[in-house]
Amino acid sequence: MIANFFLRGIDRSAILVIAILLAVAVLVPAANLYLPVTSPFHVPSYVVPLVGKYLTYGLLALSVGLIWGYCGILSLGHGAFFALGGYAMGMYLMRQIGTRGVYGHPILPDFMVFLNWQELPVAWWGFQYFPYAMLMVVLVPGLLAFVFGWFAFRSRVTGVYLSIITQAMTFALLLGFFRNNFGFGGNNGLTDFKEILGFNVQAPMTRGFLFAASAIALAFFYVICRSIINSRFGKVIIAVRDAESRTRFIGYRVENYKLAVWTLSACMAGVAGALYVPQVGIINPGEFDPANSIEIVVWVAVGGRGTLVGPIIGALVVNYMKTYFTTGALAPYWLFVLGSLFIGVTLFLPKGIVGTLGGLIGRERRVKTPAAEAPATNPQPQAAE
Amino acid sequence: MNEKAKTALLYLDGVSVSFDGFRALNALSLVIEPGEMRAIIGPNGAGKTTMMDVITGKTKPDEGEIYFAGTVDLRKMDEASIASLGIGRKFQKPTVFESQTVYDNIELALAGKRTPFAVLWHRRTKEEEDRIEGILATIRLGEKRNWLAANLSHGQKQWLEIGMLLAQEPKLLLVDEPAAGMTDAETAETAILLKEIAKTKSVVVVEHDMTFVRDLDVKVTVLHEGSVLSEGTLDHVSADPRVVEVYLGR
Ligand SMILES: Nc1ncnc2c1ncn2[C@@H]1O[C@H](COP(=O)(O)OP(=O)(O)OP(=O)(O)O)[C@@H](O)[C@H]1O
Ligand SMILES: [Mg+2]
Repeated sequence: MIANFFLRGIDRSAILVIAILLAVAVLVPAANLYLPVTSPFHVPSYVVPLVGKYLTYGLLALSVGLIWGYCGILSLGHGAFFALGGYAMGMYLMRQIGTRGVYGHPILPDFMVFLNWQELPVAWWGFQYFPYAMLMVVLVPGLLAFVFGWFAFRSRVTGVYLSIITQAMTFALLLGFFRNNFGFGGNNGLTDFKEILGFNVQAPMTRGFLFAASAIALAFFYVICRSIINSRFGKVIIAVRDAESRTRFIGYRVENYKLAVWTLSACMAGVAGALYVPQVGIINPGEFDPANSIEIVVWVAVGGRGTLVGPIIGALVVNYMKTYFTTGALAPYWLFVLGSLFIGVTLFLPKGIVGTLGGLIGRERRVKTPAAEAPATNPQPQAAE
Repeated sequence: MNEKAKTALLYLDGVSVSFDGFRALNALSLVIEPGEMRAIIGPNGAGKTTMMDVITGKTKPDEGEIYFAGTVDLRKMDEASIASLGIGRKFQKPTVFESQTVYDNIELALAGKRTPFAVLWHRRTKEEEDRIEGILATIRLGEKRNWLAANLSHGQKQWLEIGMLLAQEPKLLLVDEPAAGMTDAETAETAILLKEIAKTKSVVVVEHDMTFVRDLDVKVTVLHEGSVLSEGTLDHVSADPRVVEVYLGR
């Protein structure tokens, strides 16, 4: 049953994506660690965590692309799930610091000692264990999404209203995490990490592994998404996207389908956050900023909504541009660039980079094989009656 | 609930629905027997579509009783559970899944488990493929199975929707204006198809096209201002002075 499910996900284009990601997972760290600096193929050390970060953004974009592109749920709060996964990882990393902190307290992280706390809050219990922390990485975002989705989808909140409450959710978390007495490091967040599973987080070897883990996680979730889309479940969620009420009238309980993809998507975002934190070395409440969540939507729109590679490519392209623009004299103009990009894509490439390229390639193929009788136009989803 | 309700397939009694004070259905009562085919006619705004909305759970009635198969109270159920009970519906404006193929549209409607996990692991069986082929042949869209539904003509969409309805294997079919936008030849074929379906299922058809209704040759109910104005054979209702007045008075 499960094998069949995955086999369905691994079609020809999926194999290409997986092959590229796995090759990148091995080659980039290897080119950093084992090639001499003088080699033209040497990858500088600063590039590894940078591209690793892009890959976690790719996974985050994939999670939004799944629900938005295929089920029509526009989340403007997915940064929250990413940040929660990141905090869960951050808490594990904090507890690995032990006596090496500024205050040298064996159990309490520095910020707690600084706040004069005497004992570890319950929420932090168990986070010294890696498997427990990893469980929380998926469980916390997953549970929040489940509860949120349960109420929202059952009350049939859709469209703009749903987007607004997702935004409110991440904003509420932003305010909570900013407060010192919330217990997660307040304004400063969690940082100064030392070790992960006993390895120095800053060591090139560790970074190589984190990079590889990010690429593999992306490939893994890509296959899961692909399998879902290729199953009958995938057809149902596309039906929900295009004509929600019609889907109900043939007997599908729409809220359960939405809840399932929504929760899965939040778990994916959580994993992305957990891989992001050790590579950038910090997690703070800024990650909950509503603007971050909106940026994710821009990545997906740029890459191509309604495809699975599109969001990944969008995340890589936009973030590469961001790095490029924010490190030079153009830094103050980044937001203008992002805004223009979004408007430009919406106006001129409504299907995004991948959707547009795919359309061109598809047209060529059809010209070669006139036997394919399906007309070329892709209809716009239409509102249900 | 009275005796009649227990034997009927569909039983509506005193059903009223108001939209902002406007009574779209006004103490409507209607009984459909198992295996029956019924045509419903009535001027625009008579409440025909609203009646289907109320039966299928889209709109909740303000007053009145609605029972299916004798005992099932439809007022307490949502659209998905009513559909799963065996009530299928074709909409007035054809609504198919435009971005999916004709084949996938039928597959989605195919009777079977509807829970997310069952659907996730499901693999299309040989029987299901045969069912889909059979339906594609019935609705004459076999050639266009790989077309996106969006690219079908209006009439073909109507037929696709009827095909989806068949795939659901409902006990009761509610068909809202199946002949709208069809050529005369298509309309005649649609009447033949519906009569064929009615041999094994109960069917309620709403239609304005009188030639079509005559072709069906079944009991006719005339709705007007949300309640039943007249009922009987087409000849009987056409001769009813109140019906004549409603149709000519406009
Ligand atoms: N959701 C709604 N909100 C407000 N008014 C409504 C709603 N649905 C229906 N109505 C009104 O109720 C009345 C009955 O509408 P209904 O669609 O049932 O008529 P109909 O008999 O199907 O007409 P037609 O032959 O034009 O399809 C109309 O006056 C319509 O404007
Ligand atoms: Mg109507």
